[in-house]
Amino acid sequence: MPGEPLFCQRFEVAGRDFVNAGRASTTIKSILRDVGVPPALIRRAAIAAYEAEMNVVLYARKGTMELRVSPKDVQIRVQDEGDGIADIALAMQEGFSTASEEIRELGFGAGMGLPNIRKNADVFHIDSAVGKGTTLEITIRV
Amino acid sequence: MGDFFHPIRLEPDKCAGRMRCLRACPTEAIRVRNGKAAIVEDRCIDCGECARACPSAAIIPQTSSFTDFARFKYTIALPSPALYGQFRRDVLPRTILAGLRRIGFDDACDVACASEAASIAIDEYLGHYQGPLPLLSPFCPTIVRLVQARFPNLIDQFIPIDSPMEIAAREAKRKKTKELGLRREEIGVIYLTPCPPKMVAIKHPPRKRISHIDGAIAISDIYFPLLAAIAEAGNDQPENGEPVRGIGLGWPVLGGQVSSLRAESSLAVGGLGDVERIFEEIENGKLGDVQFVECHACPQGCCGGSLTVENPYFARGKILNLVARFGGTPCQDREKIRELYQKNYFSLPGRIPSRPFSPLDKDIARAIEKRHLIQKTYETLPKIDCAACGSPNCKAFAEDVVLERAALEQCVVLVAERHRSGAGACGIPAETAQEAVARQERTA
Repeated sequence: MPGEPLFCQRFEVAGRDFVNAGRASTTIKSILRDVGVPPALIRRAAIAAYEAEMNVVLYARKGTMELRVSPKDVQIRVQDEGDGIADIALAMQEGFSTASEEIRELGFGAGMGLPNIRKNADVFHIDSAVGKGTTLEITIRV
Repeated sequence: MGDFFHPIRLEPDKCAGRMRCLRACPTEAIRVRNGKAAIVEDRCIDCGECARACPSAAIIPQTSSFTDFARFKYTIALPSPALYGQFRRDVLPRTILAGLRRIGFDDACDVACASEAASIAIDEYLGHYQGPLPLLSPFCPTIVRLVQARFPNLIDQFIPIDSPMEIAAREAKRKKTKELGLRREEIGVIYLTPCPPKMVAIKHPPRKRISHIDGAIAISDIYFPLLAAIAEAGNDQPENGEPVRGIGLGWPVLGGQVSSLRAESSLAVGGLGDVERIFEEIENGKLGDVQFVECHACPQGCCGGSLTVENPYFARGKILNLVARFGGTPCQDREKIRELYQKNYFSLPGRIPSRPFSPLDKDIARAIEKRHLIQKTYETLPKIDCAACGSPNCKAFAEDVVLERAALEQCVVLVAERHRSGAGACGIPAETAQEAVARQERTA
Protein backbone atom coordinates (compact mmCIF):
# COMPACT_ATOMS: atom_id res chain seq x y z
CA MET A 1 0.00 0.00 0.00
CA PRO A 2 1.89 3.05 -1.16
CA GLY A 3 1.65 6.19 0.87
CA GLU A 4 0.48 4.58 4.07
CA PRO A 5 2.47 6.03 6.96
CA LEU A 6 4.74 3.46 8.40
CA PHE A 7 7.35 3.38 11.09
CA CYS A 8 9.90 0.60 11.00
CA GLN A 9 12.76 -0.20 13.29
CA ARG A 10 14.98 -3.23 13.59
CA PHE A 11 16.59 -4.44 16.80
CA GLU A 12 19.39 -6.94 17.24
CA VAL A 13 18.98 -9.28 20.19
CA ALA A 14 21.93 -11.25 21.51
CA GLY A 15 21.41 -14.69 23.05
CA ARG A 16 22.40 -15.03 26.71
CA ASP A 17 22.86 -11.29 27.09
CA PHE A 18 20.92 -10.83 30.30
CA VAL A 19 22.27 -7.33 30.89
CA ASN A 20 20.56 -5.91 27.82
CA ALA A 21 17.61 -8.30 27.82
CA GLY A 22 14.35 -6.39 27.53
CA ARG A 23 15.82 -3.26 25.93
CA ALA A 24 14.21 -3.82 22.55
CA SER A 25 10.75 -4.25 24.10
CA THR A 26 11.26 -1.15 26.23
CA THR A 27 12.14 0.88 23.14
CA ILE A 28 9.18 -0.58 21.27
CA LYS A 29 6.92 0.48 24.10
CA SER A 30 8.25 4.02 24.07
CA ILE A 31 7.75 4.28 20.30
CA LEU A 32 4.14 3.14 20.67
CA ARG A 33 3.62 5.76 23.39
CA ASP A 34 5.12 8.46 21.13
CA VAL A 35 2.68 7.73 18.34
CA GLY A 36 -0.30 7.56 20.67
CA VAL A 37 -1.28 3.88 20.57
CA PRO A 38 -3.91 3.34 23.33
CA PRO A 39 -2.37 2.14 26.66
CA ALA A 40 -4.25 -1.18 26.74
CA LEU A 41 -2.81 -2.11 23.33
CA ILE A 42 0.63 -0.94 24.37
CA ARG A 43 0.46 -3.31 27.29
CA ARG A 44 -0.45 -6.25 25.08
CA ALA A 45 2.28 -5.37 22.59
CA ALA A 46 4.76 -4.94 25.45
CA ILE A 47 4.02 -8.34 26.94
CA ALA A 48 4.20 -10.07 23.56
CA ALA A 49 7.41 -8.24 22.59
CA TYR A 50 9.04 -8.93 25.93
CA GLU A 51 8.23 -12.64 25.93
CA ALA A 52 9.47 -12.95 22.36
CA GLU A 53 12.66 -11.04 23.15
CA MET A 54 13.29 -13.21 26.19
CA ASN A 55 12.83 -16.34 24.09
CA VAL A 56 15.67 -15.16 21.87
CA VAL A 57 17.85 -14.29 24.87
CA LEU A 58 17.16 -17.60 26.61
CA TYR A 59 17.16 -20.09 23.76
CA ALA A 60 18.86 -18.69 20.66
CA ARG A 61 22.34 -17.56 19.67
CA LYS A 62 20.99 -14.31 18.32
CA GLY A 63 18.00 -12.82 16.63
CA THR A 64 16.34 -9.73 15.26
CA MET A 65 13.10 -7.99 16.09
CA GLU A 66 11.40 -5.86 13.48
CA LEU A 67 8.75 -3.40 14.50
CA ARG A 68 6.30 -2.01 11.95
CA VAL A 69 3.74 0.50 13.09
CA SER A 70 0.94 1.67 10.81
CA PRO A 71 -2.29 3.46 11.72
CA LYS A 72 -4.03 0.07 11.45
CA ASP A 73 -1.73 -2.26 13.33
CA VAL A 74 1.46 -2.95 15.19
CA GLN A 75 3.51 -5.82 13.77
CA ILE A 76 6.47 -7.41 15.46
CA ARG A 77 8.48 -10.00 13.57
CA VAL A 78 11.02 -11.93 15.55
CA GLN A 79 13.52 -14.10 13.78
CA ASP A 80 16.15 -16.07 15.63
CA GLU A 81 19.07 -18.31 14.94
CA GLY A 82 18.54 -21.07 17.43
CA ASP A 83 17.85 -24.76 17.71
CA GLY A 84 14.32 -24.39 16.42
CA ILE A 85 11.24 -26.08 17.82
CA ALA A 86 10.63 -29.74 16.97
CA ASP A 87 6.94 -29.89 17.91
CA ILE A 88 5.25 -26.50 17.62
CA ALA A 89 1.86 -27.75 18.85
CA LEU A 90 3.49 -29.06 22.00
CA ALA A 91 5.48 -25.84 22.49
CA MET A 92 2.28 -23.83 22.29
CA GLN A 93 0.82 -25.69 25.29
CA GLU A 94 0.79 -23.86 28.59
CA GLY A 95 3.36 -25.24 30.96
CA PHE A 96 5.46 -26.98 28.35
CA SER A 97 9.09 -25.90 28.42
CA THR A 98 12.48 -27.19 27.38
CA ALA A 99 14.23 -24.75 29.71
CA SER A 100 17.34 -25.92 31.52
CA GLU A 101 17.63 -25.86 35.29
CA GLU A 102 19.82 -22.80 34.92
CA ILE A 103 17.12 -20.87 33.07
CA ARG A 104 14.49 -21.90 35.61
CA GLU A 105 16.77 -20.60 38.35
CA LEU A 106 16.44 -17.18 36.74
CA GLY A 107 12.67 -17.32 37.03
CA PHE A 108 11.99 -18.19 33.40
CA GLY A 109 11.00 -21.41 31.69
CA ALA A 110 7.49 -21.74 33.12
CA GLY A 111 6.19 -22.67 29.69
CA MET A 112 4.01 -19.59 29.43
CA GLY A 113 6.00 -17.54 26.91
CA LEU A 114 4.52 -18.65 23.60
CA PRO A 115 0.94 -19.10 24.92
CA ASN A 116 1.20 -15.63 26.43
CA ILE A 117 2.33 -14.13 23.13
CA ARG A 118 -0.58 -15.79 21.33
CA LYS A 119 -3.01 -14.60 23.98
CA ASN A 120 -1.91 -10.99 23.56
CA ALA A 121 -1.75 -10.97 19.76
CA ASP A 122 -4.66 -10.51 17.37
CA VAL A 123 -2.82 -12.50 14.73
CA PHE A 124 0.02 -14.87 15.55
CA HIS A 125 2.15 -16.98 13.27
CA ILE A 126 4.98 -19.25 14.25
CA ASP A 127 7.34 -21.02 11.96
CA SER A 128 10.32 -23.08 13.01
CA ALA A 129 12.94 -25.38 11.54
CA VAL A 130 15.03 -27.62 13.74
CA GLY A 131 18.66 -26.59 13.63
CA LYS A 132 17.89 -23.29 11.88
CA GLY A 133 15.70 -21.14 14.01
CA THR A 134 12.26 -19.78 14.73
CA THR A 135 10.23 -16.93 13.28
CA LEU A 136 7.29 -15.30 15.07
CA GLU A 137 4.88 -12.82 13.55
CA ILE A 138 2.79 -10.90 16.01
CA THR A 139 0.09 -8.48 14.96
CA ILE A 140 -1.92 -6.24 17.24
CA ARG A 141 -4.68 -4.24 15.61
CA VAL A 142 -4.99 -0.59 16.54
CA MET B 1 -3.07 20.70 29.16
CA GLY B 2 -0.78 23.09 30.97
CA ASP B 3 -3.44 23.81 33.54
CA PHE B 4 -1.94 21.52 36.17
CA PHE B 5 -0.54 22.77 39.40
CA HIS B 6 3.20 22.35 39.72
CA PRO B 7 4.91 22.72 43.09
CA ILE B 8 7.96 24.41 41.58
CA ARG B 9 8.28 27.66 39.66
CA LEU B 10 11.09 28.75 37.40
CA GLU B 11 12.11 32.40 37.64
CA PRO B 12 13.56 33.40 34.26
CA ASP B 13 15.24 36.51 35.72
CA LYS B 14 17.39 34.36 37.98
CA CYS B 15 18.15 31.71 35.37
CA ALA B 16 21.75 31.93 34.14
CA GLY B 17 21.18 29.30 31.44
CA ARG B 18 23.73 26.86 32.85
CA MET B 19 21.71 23.84 31.80
CA ARG B 20 22.20 21.75 34.92
CA CYS B 21 18.43 21.33 35.21
CA LEU B 22 18.26 20.20 31.59
CA ARG B 23 20.52 17.25 32.33
CA ALA B 24 18.98 16.49 35.72
CA CYS B 25 15.37 16.21 34.53
CA PRO B 26 14.36 12.53 34.30
CA THR B 27 11.41 13.14 31.96
CA GLU B 28 13.12 15.51 29.51
CA ALA B 29 10.72 18.27 30.54
CA ILE B 30 13.19 21.17 30.31
CA ARG B 31 14.45 23.12 27.32
CA VAL B 32 16.89 25.98 27.30
CA ARG B 33 16.13 28.52 24.60
CA ASN B 34 17.89 31.86 24.21
CA GLY B 35 19.84 31.20 27.36
CA LYS B 36 16.83 30.63 29.62
CA ALA B 37 15.40 27.38 30.91
CA ALA B 38 11.69 26.66 30.52
CA ILE B 39 9.62 23.76 31.83
CA VAL B 40 7.44 21.82 29.40
CA GLU B 41 4.49 21.71 31.76
CA ASP B 42 2.76 18.52 30.71
CA ARG B 43 5.97 16.48 30.83
CA CYS B 44 6.87 17.59 34.36
CA ILE B 45 6.25 15.04 37.13
CA ASP B 46 7.19 17.43 39.96
CA CYS B 47 10.20 15.48 41.20
CA GLY B 48 12.22 18.62 41.97
CA GLU B 49 15.51 17.31 40.55
CA CYS B 50 15.85 20.56 38.57
CA ALA B 51 15.58 22.66 41.73
CA ARG B 52 18.23 20.51 43.38
CA ALA B 53 20.55 20.91 40.39
CA CYS B 54 20.09 24.64 39.76
CA PRO B 55 23.24 26.61 40.66
CA SER B 56 21.36 29.93 40.54
CA ALA B 57 18.41 29.11 42.82
CA ALA B 58 16.10 30.01 39.95
CA ILE B 59 13.75 27.09 40.51
CA ILE B 60 11.67 27.78 43.56
CA PRO B 61 9.51 25.31 45.49
CA GLN B 62 5.96 26.56 45.87
CA THR B 63 5.59 25.79 49.56
CA SER B 64 3.82 27.96 52.12
CA SER B 65 5.35 30.46 54.51
CA PHE B 66 4.51 31.20 58.15
CA THR B 67 2.46 34.27 57.29
CA ASP B 68 0.05 32.18 55.20
CA PHE B 69 -1.36 30.78 58.43
CA ALA B 70 -2.18 34.03 60.25
CA ARG B 71 -5.87 33.49 59.48
CA PHE B 72 -6.12 30.49 61.79
CA LYS B 73 -6.96 30.72 65.49
CA TYR B 74 -4.92 27.65 66.26
CA THR B 75 -2.07 26.06 64.32
CA ILE B 76 -0.84 22.48 64.43
CA ALA B 77 2.49 21.48 62.91
CA LEU B 78 2.52 18.03 61.38
CA PRO B 79 6.13 17.22 60.57
CA SER B 80 6.94 14.51 58.07
CA PRO B 81 8.79 11.88 60.15
CA ALA B 82 11.71 12.62 57.80
CA LEU B 83 12.29 15.61 60.11
CA TYR B 84 13.33 13.23 62.90
CA GLY B 85 16.37 12.27 60.83
CA GLN B 86 17.64 15.84 60.50
CA PHE B 87 19.21 16.24 63.96
CA ARG B 88 21.91 14.65 66.10
CA ARG B 89 21.22 11.20 67.53
CA ASP B 90 20.43 12.43 71.03
CA VAL B 91 17.70 14.78 69.77
CA LEU B 92 14.59 12.64 70.08
CA PRO B 93 11.31 13.11 68.21
CA ARG B 94 9.46 14.42 71.27
CA THR B 95 12.16 17.07 71.71
CA ILE B 96 11.68 18.08 68.07
CA LEU B 97 7.91 18.32 68.54
CA ALA B 98 8.47 20.45 71.66
CA GLY B 99 10.83 22.65 69.63
CA LEU B 100 8.10 23.23 67.05
CA ARG B 101 5.79 24.44 69.83
CA ARG B 102 8.51 26.84 70.96
CA ILE B 103 8.92 28.43 67.54
CA GLY B 104 5.30 29.46 67.30
CA PHE B 105 3.01 26.54 66.45
CA ASP B 106 0.26 26.07 69.03
CA ASP B 107 0.80 22.35 68.84
CA ALA B 108 2.87 19.76 67.01
CA CYS B 109 1.73 16.17 66.39
CA ASP B 110 3.62 13.06 65.43
CA VAL B 111 2.88 11.44 62.04
CA ALA B 112 4.89 8.20 62.52
CA CYS B 113 2.07 6.79 64.61
CA ALA B 114 -0.32 7.34 61.68
CA SER B 115 2.20 5.49 59.48
CA GLU B 116 1.78 2.50 61.78
CA ALA B 117 -2.00 2.75 61.34
CA ALA B 118 -1.52 2.92 57.56
CA SER B 119 0.70 -0.16 57.59
CA ILE B 120 -1.93 -2.14 59.52
CA ALA B 121 -4.56 -0.98 57.02
CA ILE B 122 -2.29 -2.07 54.13
CA ASP B 123 -1.87 -5.49 55.78
CA GLU B 124 -5.65 -5.80 55.87
CA TYR B 125 -6.01 -4.66 52.27
CA LEU B 126 -3.34 -7.10 51.04
CA GLY B 127 -5.01 -9.91 52.95
CA HIS B 128 -8.29 -9.51 51.08
CA TYR B 129 -7.09 -8.33 47.68
CA GLN B 130 -7.75 -10.56 44.65
CA GLY B 131 -6.72 -8.41 41.64
CA PRO B 132 -3.50 -8.16 39.66
CA LEU B 133 -0.23 -7.99 41.58
CA PRO B 134 1.96 -6.35 42.70
CA LEU B 135 0.19 -3.53 44.49
CA LEU B 136 2.04 -0.22 44.65
CA SER B 137 2.49 2.24 47.49
CA PRO B 138 0.75 5.52 46.63
CA PHE B 139 2.50 7.84 49.07
CA CYS B 140 5.13 9.45 46.82
CA PRO B 141 3.26 12.02 44.67
CA THR B 142 5.98 11.98 42.02
CA ILE B 143 5.59 8.23 41.61
CA VAL B 144 1.82 8.66 41.26
CA ARG B 145 2.39 11.29 38.58
CA LEU B 146 4.94 9.04 36.84
CA VAL B 147 2.41 6.22 36.65
CA GLN B 148 -0.33 8.58 35.45
CA ALA B 149 1.95 9.71 32.64
CA ARG B 150 3.98 6.67 31.64
CA PHE B 151 2.33 3.56 33.09
CA PRO B 152 -1.43 4.19 32.93
CA ASN B 153 -1.98 0.42 32.87
CA LEU B 154 -0.72 0.23 36.45
CA ILE B 155 -2.91 2.98 37.96
CA ASP B 156 -5.37 0.57 39.53
CA GLN B 157 -2.52 -1.18 41.32
CA PHE B 158 -2.03 1.73 43.72
CA ILE B 159 -3.31 0.77 47.16
CA PRO B 160 -6.34 2.98 47.93
CA ILE B 161 -5.28 3.63 51.52
CA ASP B 162 -4.96 7.17 52.83
CA SER B 163 -1.51 8.64 53.49
CA PRO B 164 -0.16 8.94 57.04
CA MET B 165 -0.11 12.73 56.76
CA GLU B 166 -3.84 12.79 55.98
CA ILE B 167 -4.68 10.25 58.68
CA ALA B 168 -2.72 12.30 61.23
CA ALA B 169 -4.25 15.60 60.07
CA ARG B 170 -7.79 14.26 60.32
CA GLU B 171 -7.12 12.92 63.83
CA ALA B 172 -5.50 16.19 64.94
CA LYS B 173 -8.41 18.28 63.69
CA ARG B 174 -10.98 15.96 65.23
CA LYS B 175 -9.25 16.06 68.62
CA LYS B 176 -8.65 19.79 68.69
CA THR B 177 -12.13 20.86 67.60
CA LYS B 178 -13.48 18.87 70.53
CA GLU B 179 -10.84 19.97 73.01
CA LEU B 180 -10.88 23.68 72.16
CA GLY B 181 -14.44 24.15 70.95
CA LEU B 182 -13.16 25.61 67.67
CA ARG B 183 -14.58 25.05 64.20
CA ARG B 184 -12.51 22.95 61.79
CA GLU B 185 -11.73 25.93 59.59
CA GLU B 186 -10.34 27.83 62.56
CA ILE B 187 -7.63 25.21 63.04
CA GLY B 188 -4.75 25.26 60.59
CA VAL B 189 -2.86 22.00 60.06
CA ILE B 190 0.53 22.63 58.52
CA TYR B 191 2.61 19.83 57.10
CA LEU B 192 6.39 20.15 57.32
CA THR B 193 7.42 18.69 54.02
CA PRO B 194 10.62 17.01 52.81
CA CYS B 195 9.81 17.72 49.13
CA PRO B 196 7.74 20.04 46.89
CA PRO B 197 5.46 17.35 45.40
CA LYS B 198 3.64 16.84 48.71
CA MET B 199 2.07 20.21 47.88
CA VAL B 200 0.36 18.49 44.95
CA ALA B 201 -1.06 15.82 47.25
CA ILE B 202 -2.42 18.59 49.48
CA LYS B 203 -3.58 21.19 46.95
CA HIS B 204 -4.53 19.06 43.94
CA PRO B 205 -4.77 15.41 45.00
CA PRO B 206 -5.25 13.08 42.01
CA ARG B 207 -8.36 11.52 43.54
CA LYS B 208 -10.10 14.90 43.75
CA ARG B 209 -10.66 14.72 47.48
CA ILE B 210 -10.32 17.55 49.92
CA SER B 211 -7.19 17.44 52.04
CA HIS B 212 -7.29 17.90 55.81
CA ILE B 213 -4.04 19.82 55.53
CA ASP B 214 -4.03 23.57 55.01
CA GLY B 215 -0.54 24.07 53.65
CA ALA B 216 3.04 22.88 53.82
CA ILE B 217 6.27 24.52 54.94
CA ALA B 218 9.62 23.22 53.67
CA ILE B 219 11.71 21.40 56.27
CA SER B 220 14.63 23.48 55.00
CA ASP B 221 12.73 26.71 55.78
CA ILE B 222 12.06 25.70 59.35
CA TYR B 223 15.33 23.96 60.10
CA PHE B 224 17.43 26.77 61.54
CA PRO B 225 14.83 28.36 63.82
CA LEU B 226 13.96 24.87 65.02
CA LEU B 227 17.58 23.96 65.63
CA ALA B 228 17.99 27.10 67.74
CA ALA B 229 14.81 26.38 69.74
CA ILE B 230 15.96 22.83 70.44
CA ALA B 231 19.40 24.00 71.57
CA GLU B 232 17.82 26.62 73.81
CA ALA B 233 15.45 24.16 75.47
CA GLY B 234 18.25 21.74 76.24
CA ASN B 235 18.16 18.04 75.81
CA ASP B 236 15.36 15.58 76.18
CA GLN B 237 12.87 16.68 78.82
CA PRO B 238 10.30 14.28 80.29
CA GLU B 239 7.66 17.02 80.25
CA ASN B 240 7.83 16.89 76.45
CA GLY B 241 5.44 13.97 76.61
CA GLU B 242 5.55 10.28 75.80
CA PRO B 243 8.38 9.19 73.51
CA VAL B 244 7.33 8.79 69.91
CA ARG B 245 7.39 5.07 69.17
CA GLY B 246 6.29 2.35 66.81
CA ILE B 247 7.30 0.78 63.52
CA GLY B 248 6.02 3.83 61.62
CA LEU B 249 9.23 5.64 62.61
CA GLY B 250 10.97 3.75 59.81
CA TRP B 251 8.70 5.00 57.00
CA PRO B 252 10.95 7.90 55.88
CA VAL B 253 13.72 5.52 54.79
CA LEU B 254 13.65 3.23 51.78
CA GLY B 255 12.35 -0.12 52.98
CA GLY B 256 10.54 1.34 55.98
CA GLN B 257 7.09 0.61 54.60
CA VAL B 258 8.02 -2.92 53.62
CA SER B 259 9.49 -3.74 57.03
CA SER B 260 6.35 -2.48 58.78
CA LEU B 261 4.17 -4.95 56.86
CA ARG B 262 3.36 -8.60 57.39
CA ALA B 263 3.35 -9.31 53.64
CA GLU B 264 5.72 -12.14 52.85
CA SER B 265 6.68 -10.98 49.41
CA SER B 266 7.41 -7.32 48.94
CA LEU B 267 9.99 -5.03 47.45
CA ALA B 268 11.29 -1.51 48.11
CA VAL B 269 12.58 0.62 45.22
CA GLY B 270 14.06 4.12 45.35
CA GLY B 271 15.20 6.52 42.63
CA LEU B 272 13.19 7.30 39.52
CA GLY B 273 15.39 5.31 37.14
CA ASP B 274 15.12 2.09 39.09
CA VAL B 275 11.44 2.63 39.81
CA GLU B 276 10.82 3.02 36.07
CA ARG B 277 12.73 -0.19 35.36
CA ILE B 278 10.64 -2.06 37.91
CA PHE B 279 7.43 -0.63 36.45
CA GLU B 280 8.55 -1.72 32.97
CA GLU B 281 8.92 -5.25 34.30
CA ILE B 282 5.51 -5.16 35.93
CA GLU B 283 4.01 -3.93 32.67
CA ASN B 284 5.76 -6.79 30.86
CA GLY B 285 3.80 -9.17 33.08
CA LYS B 286 6.61 -9.92 35.53
CA LEU B 287 6.67 -9.68 39.35
CA GLY B 288 3.17 -11.12 39.62
CA ASP B 289 4.36 -13.08 42.65
CA VAL B 290 5.26 -9.90 44.56
CA GLN B 291 2.45 -8.56 46.74
CA PHE B 292 3.61 -5.04 47.43
CA VAL B 293 6.13 -2.61 45.98
CA GLU B 294 7.17 0.37 48.06
CA CYS B 295 8.33 3.04 45.64
CA HIS B 296 10.01 6.42 46.13
CA ALA B 297 11.27 8.97 43.64
CA CYS B 298 14.17 9.74 45.99
CA PRO B 299 16.80 6.99 46.21
CA GLN B 300 16.85 7.02 50.01
CA GLY B 301 13.15 7.62 50.50
CA CYS B 302 11.63 10.76 52.07
CA CYS B 303 14.58 11.29 54.45
CA GLY B 304 16.54 12.38 51.36
CA GLY B 305 13.83 14.66 49.91
CA SER B 306 14.95 17.79 48.08
CA LEU B 307 13.76 20.07 50.91
CA THR B 308 15.66 18.28 53.65
CA VAL B 309 18.92 19.61 55.03
CA GLU B 310 21.00 16.69 56.25
CA ASN B 311 22.97 14.29 54.12
CA PRO B 312 20.46 11.53 53.24
CA TYR B 313 22.77 8.78 54.47
CA PHE B 314 23.18 10.48 57.83
CA ALA B 315 19.41 10.96 58.01
CA ARG B 316 18.91 7.30 57.17
CA GLY B 317 21.27 6.25 59.95
CA LYS B 318 19.45 8.45 62.44
CA ILE B 319 16.03 7.06 61.45
CA LEU B 320 17.27 3.45 61.65
CA ASN B 321 18.68 4.21 65.10
CA LEU B 322 15.26 5.50 66.20
CA VAL B 323 13.60 2.38 64.83
CA ALA B 324 16.06 0.19 66.74
CA ARG B 325 15.35 2.07 69.97
CA PHE B 326 11.64 2.85 69.74
CA GLY B 327 10.27 0.87 66.80
CA GLY B 328 9.53 -2.31 68.70
CA THR B 329 6.76 -0.94 70.90
CA PRO B 330 3.51 -0.46 68.96
CA CYS B 331 1.69 2.87 69.29
CA GLN B 332 -1.52 1.54 67.75
CA ASP B 333 -3.95 -1.14 68.84
CA ARG B 334 -4.07 -3.48 65.83
CA GLU B 335 -7.62 -4.63 66.60
CA LYS B 336 -8.89 -1.07 66.81
CA ILE B 337 -7.26 -0.16 63.49
CA ARG B 338 -8.80 -3.28 61.96
CA GLU B 339 -12.24 -2.19 63.09
CA LEU B 340 -11.68 1.29 61.63
CA TYR B 341 -10.45 -0.32 58.42
CA GLN B 342 -13.69 -2.35 58.20
CA LYS B 343 -15.60 0.95 58.44
CA ASN B 344 -13.56 2.29 55.50
CA TYR B 345 -11.89 4.87 57.68
CA PHE B 346 -8.62 4.61 55.73
CA SER B 347 -9.87 3.84 52.25
CA LEU B 348 -9.81 6.33 49.41
CA PRO B 349 -12.76 6.40 47.04
CA GLY B 350 -12.52 7.30 43.38
CA ARG B 351 -10.04 6.48 40.69
CA ILE B 352 -6.74 8.13 39.85
CA PRO B 353 -7.09 9.41 36.27
CA SER B 354 -4.35 8.82 33.71
CA ARG B 355 -2.50 11.90 32.44
CA PRO B 356 -0.28 10.66 29.61
CA PHE B 357 2.37 12.82 27.98
CA SER B 358 1.01 14.13 24.69
CA PRO B 359 1.74 11.90 21.68
CA LEU B 360 3.60 13.45 18.72
CA ASP B 361 0.28 14.16 17.03
CA LYS B 362 -3.35 13.57 17.88
CA ASP B 363 -3.74 11.86 14.53
CA ILE B 364 -1.97 8.51 14.68
CA ALA B 365 -1.03 8.50 10.98
CA ARG B 366 0.65 11.87 11.32
CA ALA B 367 2.27 10.79 14.60
CA ILE B 368 3.79 7.77 12.83
CA GLU B 369 5.14 10.02 10.06
CA LYS B 370 6.66 12.33 12.64
CA ARG B 371 8.18 9.45 14.58
CA HIS B 372 9.73 8.20 11.34
CA LEU B 373 11.16 11.63 10.56
CA ILE B 374 12.48 11.94 14.13
CA GLN B 375 14.33 8.65 13.74
CA LYS B 376 15.84 9.77 10.42
CA THR B 377 16.79 13.16 11.86
CA TYR B 378 18.32 11.49 14.90
CA GLU B 379 20.53 9.43 12.64
CA THR B 380 22.03 12.63 11.17
CA LEU B 381 22.93 13.96 14.63
CA PRO B 382 26.23 13.39 16.49
CA LYS B 383 24.47 11.28 19.22
CA ILE B 384 26.78 12.56 21.93
CA ASP B 385 23.96 14.13 23.94
CA CYS B 386 25.99 17.25 24.70
CA ALA B 387 22.77 19.26 25.19
CA ALA B 388 24.43 22.45 23.95
CA CYS B 389 21.46 22.92 21.61
CA GLY B 390 19.23 23.39 24.65
CA SER B 391 17.45 20.04 24.33
CA PRO B 392 18.47 17.39 26.83
CA ASN B 393 19.84 14.87 24.30
CA CYS B 394 20.08 14.20 20.56
CA LYS B 395 16.86 12.18 20.50
CA ALA B 396 14.88 14.96 22.19
CA PHE B 397 16.52 17.49 19.86
CA ALA B 398 15.45 15.47 16.81
CA GLU B 399 11.92 15.53 18.19
CA ASP B 400 12.09 19.28 18.80
CA VAL B 401 13.32 19.87 15.24
CA VAL B 402 10.55 17.78 13.69
CA LEU B 403 7.92 19.42 15.89
CA GLU B 404 9.41 22.81 14.89
CA ARG B 405 10.38 23.77 18.40
CA ALA B 406 14.06 23.97 17.48
CA ALA B 407 16.09 24.51 14.32
CA LEU B 408 18.71 22.07 13.10
CA GLU B 409 21.45 24.73 13.11
CA GLN B 410 21.20 24.87 16.89
CA CYS B 411 23.34 21.72 16.85
CA VAL B 412 26.83 23.11 17.37
CA VAL B 413 28.48 19.88 16.28
CA LEU B 414 26.69 19.81 12.92
CA VAL B 415 27.43 23.46 12.35
CA ALA B 416 31.10 22.98 13.17
CA GLU B 417 31.32 19.99 10.82
CA ARG B 418 29.75 21.88 7.97
CA HIS B 419 31.99 24.83 8.65
CA ARG B 420 35.03 22.57 8.46
CA SER B 421 33.85 20.98 5.23
CA GLY B 422 33.65 24.43 3.73
CA ALA B 423 29.92 24.88 3.62
CA GLY B 424 30.43 28.58 4.23
CA ALA B 425 31.78 30.31 7.26
CA CYS B 426 28.91 32.65 7.68
CA GLY B 427 25.29 32.35 6.90
CA ILE B 428 24.74 28.62 7.00
CA PRO B 429 21.53 28.08 5.08
CA ALA B 430 18.68 26.98 7.28
CA GLU B 431 17.93 23.36 6.53
CA THR B 432 14.75 21.55 7.43
CA ALA B 433 14.79 18.09 8.96
CA GLN B 434 13.59 16.67 5.63
CA GLU B 435 16.42 18.36 3.71
CA ALA B 436 19.01 17.18 6.21
CA VAL B 437 17.80 13.61 5.95
CA ALA B 438 17.79 13.82 2.16
CA ARG B 439 21.35 15.22 2.17
CA GLN B 440 22.51 12.48 4.50
CA GLU B 441 20.93 9.84 2.29
CA ARG B 442 22.58 11.30 -0.83
CA THR B 443 26.02 11.09 0.74
CA ALA B 444 25.45 7.60 2.18
